[in-house]
Amino acid sequence: MTATTNRPGPGPISPPAKPNLLYRPEFRQAVYQILLAACLIFAFWTIASNVSDNLARQNIASGFGFWNRTAGFDISQSLIAYSNQSTYGQAFWAGLLNTLLVAAIGIVFATILGFLVGIGRLSSNWLIARICGAYVEILRNLPLLLQLFFWYFAVLKNLPGPRQSFSLPLGASLNVRGLYLPAPVPGPGFRAVLIALAIGVVASFAVAIWAKRRQRETGERFPVLWTTLALILLLPGAVYIALGQPLSFEYPALRGFNFQGGIAIQPELMALVVGLSTYTASFIAEIVRAGIAGVPRGQREAANAVGLSKGLTMRLVILPQALRIIIPPLTSQYLNLAKNSSLAVAIGYPDFVSVFTGTVLNQTGQAVEVILLTMLVFLTISLITSAFMNWFNKHIALVER
Amino acid sequence: MAEARQQARRPHGAAGAIVLNGVHKWYGEFHVLRDINLTVREGEKIVICGPSGSGKSTLIRCINRLEEHQQGEIVVDGIELTNDLRNIDKIRAEVGMVFQSFNLFPHLTILDNLCLAPVWVKKKSRAEAEKTARMYLERVKIPEQALKYPGQLSGGQQQRVAIARALCMNPNIMLFDEPTSALDPEMIKEVLDVMIELANSGMTMMCVTHEMAFARSVADRVIFMDRGEIVEMAPPEEFFANPKSDRTKHFLSQILNH
Repeated sequence: MTATTNRPGPGPISPPAKPNLLYRPEFRQAVYQILLAACLIFAFWTIASNVSDNLARQNIASGFGFWNRTAGFDISQSLIAYSNQSTYGQAFWAGLLNTLLVAAIGIVFATILGFLVGIGRLSSNWLIARICGAYVEILRNLPLLLQLFFWYFAVLKNLPGPRQSFSLPLGASLNVRGLYLPAPVPGPGFRAVLIALAIGVVASFAVAIWAKRRQRETGERFPVLWTTLALILLLPGAVYIALGQPLSFEYPALRGFNFQGGIAIQPELMALVVGLSTYTASFIAEIVRAGIAGVPRGQREAANAVGLSKGLTMRLVILPQALRIIIPPLTSQYLNLAKNSSLAVAIGYPDFVSVFTGTVLNQTGQAVEVILLTMLVFLTISLITSAFMNWFNKHIALVER
Repeated sequence: MAEARQQARRPHGAAGAIVLNGVHKWYGEFHVLRDINLTVREGEKIVICGPSGSGKSTLIRCINRLEEHQQGEIVVDGIELTNDLRNIDKIRAEVGMVFQSFNLFPHLTILDNLCLAPVWVKKKSRAEAEKTARMYLERVKIPEQALKYPGQLSGGQQQRVAIARALCMNPNIMLFDEPTSALDPEMIKEVLDVMIELANSGMTMMCVTHEMAFARSVADRVIFMDRGEIVEMAPPEEFFANPKSDRTKHFLSQILNH
């Protein structure tokens, strides 16, 4: 330590001298943040005031006053009570539920079909692998709208009329107006059958848990699948027969020009579900194939070397690792399916976009409110789906150090 | 322990633990294995060395049918390796294998890695499988890692877990495919120590490796392979002291003098 330095020697270390405010990173970052926020606020304010000026000039009242007014139009399929006397608000919910219905059914079918085709494409069976390959290449390379037109106009709309309709097993029939299924009509005492079914389901869960624990403890395996099937099918079946079959069916019957009674499924819904799920399944199949192929070859060899069979290797070693590759892109396929369901408008299925963003917007002229609500709805559906899938993905993620 | 195991499992006084008779294999046009004849006695330790691409890995991978041979016969523990799926399963349950890249199952804990096959293939109870697993983890000297995941272990530890995983199936024969080639130098010793201990317990072992010190101290016979053939086969003293073929001499000079 020389005498020329005026720094304090060893002892409490004084903080380094503070540089000028302008050169401090925290200060600079804060300034940039504030500037950006100001720009954003200004942009939004400009847009909003422009919109309200324009609306005022054209004498359009803004706001959601239209929500409780009578809609005055019909919706061909609705899961809630709806007639042309209902309000725009009810039309909103009817359309939204229709979209959710299509998305939910579509996601289930697309996932099952996609996994089957994806695993099938890796099959050592030449024919299965080729069929699955052809499926993927054809379905994913044609525009979805074209496929919807194909299912709707070329397939379902070319079915014979009600008088020549195809009779399917169990009293169902298929014709140009849709698929007609017998509707179950519960008789007295049918509740007991439902209770038996519920008991069966709960009991099979209990058996599954018990069997897993017993397998951990004693190594013996229990035929869980068969027990479950027996509990879920035979138990309610026995109650059903014991009570004298308290369930009758209302069969659709041809009266006049169309079928009456039973459950009718519109061709629009069928075309949309079939089109969306087969199309999305082709993408899911590729994702599944890539996920399985992405698991290192050594994993399969190691599993084989310890004696695990082909099926057990897939189930215990390959799929659990493939899933974490599969989940993120699978999520975006689910979101795509939900969003693509808005193509329903092209084949006349009353989905959310067609009912709300189409008819309601046209009738009320409340473009800003309707479009904003539509965006909000799709955003909510998408965010909920991806939040769930992210949670699931985290759940199965690998632990690394 | 090893003796009892061997006596319990000798179906019909087989000629050897592993018998290869005129085995050939092709990858398309490429002739990987040419007329391999080899009999490994029970309890014998064989070390296989040779330049890369000489077919040494392919040879031991044929023994548990990770690769298929196209000509000749392979008999393991009295069971002939044919296309019969039941035979393949039987042999795989008798033969343990350790890979160069460990190949532990990354989504399972160390304990689950060890218990998976005993529970699902041998249908042992979880408790019994766990007891065996902990016993072998003790033997490879990492009992404290049982509940960690493979990604949390060092390479040497992972390879010792892989050895323990193979041992949990109670095999008669252990195959090692370059078990130390992917390891840092300071970890090689810990894996070799485990292998030496295993060799001393009387296990039949076939090991592809370039660890010549290991070969010298453990092997009953050393095999040199080149271009798909067994070029030279001799006890280690003879093999290292006076190799007969020029190819062996050349190879040894390359790996011993660096």
